[in-house]
Amino acid sequence: MHELAITESVISAVSEKVGDRRVQRVTLAVGRLSGVVADSVHFYFDLCSEGTPLEGAKLEIIDIPGRACCRECGNEVELVDMIALCTCGSADLEILGGEDLTIKEVEVAV
Amino acid sequence: MCTTCGCSSDDAVVTDPGRPARVLAGDHPHGHDQGGHHHHDAEPATRTLVLEQAVLAKNDVLAEANRTWFRGRQILALNLMSSPGAGKTTLLERTITDLSAELDLAVVEGDQETLLDAERIRATGCKVVQINTGAGCHLDADMVARGLQVLEPPARSIVLIENVGNLVCPALFDLGERARIVIMSVTEGQDKPLKYPQMFRAADLMILNKIDLAPYVSFDPERCITYARQVNPKLDVISLSATRGDGLDRWYDWLREGAGDLLPRG
Repeated sequence: MHELAITESVISAVSEKVGDRRVQRVTLAVGRLSGVVADSVHFYFDLCSEGTPLEGAKLEIIDIPGRACCRECGNEVELVDMIALCTCGSADLEILGGEDLTIKEVEVAV
Repeated sequence: MCTTCGCSSDDAVVTDPGRPARVLAGDHPHGHDQGGHHHHDAEPATRTLVLEQAVLAKNDVLAEANRTWFRGRQILALNLMSSPGAGKTTLLERTITDLSAELDLAVVEGDQETLLDAERIRATGCKVVQINTGAGCHLDADMVARGLQVLEPPARSIVLIENVGNLVCPALFDLGERARIVIMSVTEGQDKPLKYPQMFRAADLMILNKIDLAPYVSFDPERCITYARQVNPKLDVISLSATRGDGLDRWYDWLREGAGDLLPRG
């Protein structure tokens, strides 16, 4: 449900950057461990962008997998969600990637 | 809803329960001067701007400002989060009653609606401000900054920020706190840490409340703690009963230690 506030933040941040130029495309990186559901952001994007330079823009979301290093055995493992165990059985994982929640780029009309 | 400054729908309202009729904040200037519709024709030529900007950058900047503000006054700020009904307000009432002679405490109450919690805290004699988020499901750094202007907590005090009851959204929004505390109660499912991993991973301390009720419910505290540490191996855990008093000493020691850490050494 916080995806509404997240989407509003995206639109606000992009609007500030582009001024009155019309946005054609917005690319976000959303990590598997970010706690943000990409489908919900898509859902809110059209609603929230109405009346802003982002109205009608295409939203692209790059899915970033979770990665962690096991503090017990040193192996690097991929995490599909936050409740993950290393193959050695340890839950003591250092998160290396997948927490992204970033606006990568925007394509604007010139 | 405000898409310019990112403040939540219907604007959060900050109220001092001692002066409930007055809206003290929530009407900060926005400067929505770039509004209005755009009627450009679709143009074929486009340009790509690389931003590489954190989505919550604005909140993070405001949270850092709050953190600096707290640090400058040697204030220990704690963000208390839980699902509704886990006992946050009861724990605060008890803590204030037991420690107010020893520690300077102030409370920021976050709820979607009503001044009920702030009134409970005020009845203990503690400084309190209520933030009503309206449709918002969490506190953010801007709301807390506005709340602090009204609360005016004294230097070297402890500010307890009671977030909106919700195990999902508050985990994402840094308020500038020193530590995050998640409160769970034994009347909830022991698998909560696995169902809401983001919250338990973001927390520094888990308080397992209503421990006096454990014999009457099918809740295995050890299993719950195991689940929580599976998500966050570094999580501190304190089991207590805010109503009966079991385990409160450990919680109070944790608070004293946190407050002591902020004072100059030597």
